[in-house]
Amino acid sequence: MAYDKFSVINTSAVPLPFENVDTDQIIPARFLKAVERKGFGDNLFRDWRYENDGSPKADFPLNNAKYSGKILVGGKNFGSGSSREHAAWAIYDYGFRVVVSSFFADIFKGNALNNGLLPVVVSPEFLEKIFAQIEKDADSTFEVDLPNQKFTITATGESSDFEINPYKKHCLQNGLDDIDYLVEMKEQIAEFEA
Amino acid sequence: MTAKTLFDKIWDAHVVKQVEGGPNVLYIDRHFIHEVTSPVAFLGLKNRGLKVYRPDQTTATPDHNVPTINQHMSIKDELSRNQVDMLKKNCDENGIVYHGLGTEGHGVVHIIGPEMGLTQPGMTIVCGDSHTSTHGAFGAIAFGIGTSEVEMVLASQCIMQPKPKKMRITVNGTLDKGVTAKDIALYIISKISTSGGTGHFIEYAGSAITSLSMEGRMTLCNLSIESGARGGMIAPDETTFNYVKGRQFAPKGEDWDKAMEKWAELKSDEDAVFDTEYTFDAADIEPMITYGTNPGMGIGVSQTIPTSEGLSGTDKTTYQKSLQYMGYNEGDSMKGKPVDFVFLGSCTNGRIEDFREFAAFVKGKKKADNVTAWLVPGSKQVQNQIEAEGLVPILEEAGFELRQPGCSACLAMNDDKIPTGKYSVSTSNRNFEGRQGPGARTLLASPLTAAAAAVSGVIADPREMM
Repeated sequence: MAYDKFSVINTSAVPLPFENVDTDQIIPARFLKAVERKGFGDNLFRDWRYENDGSPKADFPLNNAKYSGKILVGGKNFGSGSSREHAAWAIYDYGFRVVVSSFFADIFKGNALNNGLLPVVVSPEFLEKIFAQIEKDADSTFEVDLPNQKFTITATGESSDFEINPYKKHCLQNGLDDIDYLVEMKEQIAEFEA
Repeated sequence: MTAKTLFDKIWDAHVVKQVEGGPNVLYIDRHFIHEVTSPVAFLGLKNRGLKVYRPDQTTATPDHNVPTINQHMSIKDELSRNQVDMLKKNCDENGIVYHGLGTEGHGVVHIIGPEMGLTQPGMTIVCGDSHTSTHGAFGAIAFGIGTSEVEMVLASQCIMQPKPKKMRITVNGTLDKGVTAKDIALYIISKISTSGGTGHFIEYAGSAITSLSMEGRMTLCNLSIESGARGGMIAPDETTFNYVKGRQFAPKGEDWDKAMEKWAELKSDEDAVFDTEYTFDAADIEPMITYGTNPGMGIGVSQTIPTSEGLSGTDKTTYQKSLQYMGYNEGDSMKGKPVDFVFLGSCTNGRIEDFREFAAFVKGKKKADNVTAWLVPGSKQVQNQIEAEGLVPILEEAGFELRQPGCSACLAMNDDKIPTGKYSVSTSNRNFEGRQGPGARTLLASPLTAAAAAVSGVIADPREMM
């Protein structure tokens, strides 16, 4: 999938202080009927964000004007459940480039990395610090430095290193995907089959 | 030679290349596709000017979106119809076998694969659906993938994956009457949580596991993903080989003998090391039911809802939010709670054995008037067998009707939606908020516990009614 190259971003963040945010919440199944990859951001967190009649729920963070930015901060076990890549598409399409949590579900993490959405894992303690900083000042900014694998709370200067597989890091920095890589391997794959 | 687990043996035999500082390029033997997670992958291929590399290793069927009544008619919902039509078109253009609505091969993708003998021991199997873990019951490495990965398989028959860690879950002993594979799974998830298996691939072992039928093993492996594990598997044995033998795509004659030689090797070496191990006793497991909004929130049907005492921070708020959604209080007893809907079906419990158990339970009883029941076979073959075994009159006599195959109310992409606020005892796999329809409240349970709820009109212990 085509996506923008990732290097360093400096932006505010939107808090979602719940655990086990599953992919059915991120994008409910009834919005998976498209045959193209567009417009999924409109239905991101649909049932948490809107009433049944379509009016926005005022207490949901995405509807709170004080929160903005390209970072989504979620509680532990973010992205559990279904393999729908639409969850990563919806978060990216809405405008987020980074999701921070203390723990991600495997399939979601892989899907995010395949779509230019960076999953950043921090310790539970550091996650609490991020939530506290946003609560203190919703305009607080954070720096996500992919080359140096560092997440920094600008206001306090506190930072946390994060892990990323060197291959996926290279892909994200250069906007590459695995399909290019695999297609170039065709001969080796054919040899394996023989 | 280092001792290997069953998982190691199959994985290592499928690694085409180890990318330096990166994942493995893993060869995929069998690929299943459905209408929801494949269209964008086909579009991606088209945009790159690529063709499907090995069309004979992919099998397609529409299941997520399809109606479960009047399947002979055109699908009413335009978006659903478009997705189903698009799947057929993509298959036709690329030479992929497609099992359309109403045909003998149609059904939920994880039910038809094993039925046709496409699922075999030792294989790597993927599908753009997290419950692909089902196929692990045959001693295969099977797991769900995203749409980008569906495109990778279509383009190259490979995906790029880091090798997961290995976990073994051993369940020894004998299951009590009324306790099924579904209860084993919900019990395990209630103990290790919905993230306990993350980063791992599970091997299930022990006497309570090997005594399960293939249907039961599929139910158990199906729910592996609900513990966060990518998949679960069980070493193949006589039960497995007897199930596979003679099926449409199973090896025949000399090929069968050769396959059996290979399959006999498919077990973990005695001194193989697992990264994580759990052991449970079958005697501790009772019929399970969930009371919250993730599959880890399960208890024995005779128990009371745990309190939030001892929880703090987001743990506590998440727990309370969950009970509030369900309309339950801490300390409530589950028995006697009202039920509005009962759903029997899905890739978790939509196989013939599930319908046999449900029918045997409700035989001579009557469905409660306050309950709407949806009985949805997992495939056309399951439907045929239900009819051939004479289960339909038993179900009808008790006030139940059979619908047509599909994923149905498990994820409510079609019209089978549970209304807002209503309680549904469901044999499916997820009780997430809104999973069965916006505002729907799902209680996961076995076919027997669902049958007990259907005839009682409230949550009931099936053991007291058998």
